[in-house]
Amino acid sequence: MSVLFYIFSAVMLVFGLMVVLNRNPVSSALSLVVSFLGLAALFITLNAYFIGVIQVLVYTGAVMVLFIFIIMLLDIKTEQRRELNYVAMGCGIIVVLALVSQLAILLGDFVPGNQQLATLPEEAAVHQDVKLVGEAVFTNFNFHLQLLGILLLVATIGVVVLSRRQGRADRSQE
Amino acid sequence: MPSLNEYLMVSGLLFAIGFAGVLMRRNIIIIFMCLEMMLSAANLTLVAFWRFGGGNGMPADGYEAQVLVFFVIAVAAAEVAVGLAIIVALFRARCTVHVEDLNSMKG
Repeated sequence: MSVLFYIFSAVMLVFGLMVVLNRNPVSSALSLVVSFLGLAALFITLNAYFIGVIQVLVYTGAVMVLFIFIIMLLDIKTEQRRELNYVAMGCGIIVVLALVSQLAILLGDFVPGNQQLATLPEEAAVHQDVKLVGEAVFTNFNFHLQLLGILLLVATIGVVVLSRRQGRADRSQE
Repeated sequence: MPSLNEYLMVSGLLFAIGFAGVLMRRNIIIIFMCLEMMLSAANLTLVAFWRFGGGNGMPADGYEAQVLVFFVIAVAAAEVAVGLAIIVALFRARCTVHVEDLNSMKG
């Protein structure tokens, strides 16, 4: 269990770094896919099976396919050859190191964080998770679920409008 | 067994990597991917706090945290769709995805 935690967090962090370091956008996107798979495995080590499956389905399945589709649609290979912006790089590294050191100091003093992960009883661990999340979603959070549906509808309409209006403007310019 | 602090540190590191990408990279699509990474790191923190919420390594009573993460993932999917549509519209108008070329609002 502990070994799996370290393996999956190492996979997640190394491929997360590859997203930032790769010059080619397609390699970045594929690294992000692997990073999200590691994150889904971490969700499953936390007994959040439903969230882990949703992470794989929505993020690595739908969202990353959309990203790769857009990268290939725009064909942005030429963007690779640019000189680096050293000011932005230096500032980025300083800010991130400050963030990480502050977090490490904060977590060093966080006493409730020292508790170890305890093993759940078998029936509560595996068979009940999706059922209980589903019950919570469809009873207490029913209104929020309807709102979410409206949000997704509005987003879909917005995407269609955004892509259509530009096309019409292009045609009128020609 | 891993402790809560280790999960929080890992998710903090993932957030930091995403933040570094947003600050250092100039390709708007990579910046958007790094934003997604930061959002997922916040999700990992939420789930970790839920799993340790009952004390002694046991999960909290309700499933509200997982419902919240579910909603966050759904909203993130909608946000990705709209954001990528905006990026495509931007690319059609300006023929670039490099943020330093997009400075027409600069005073």
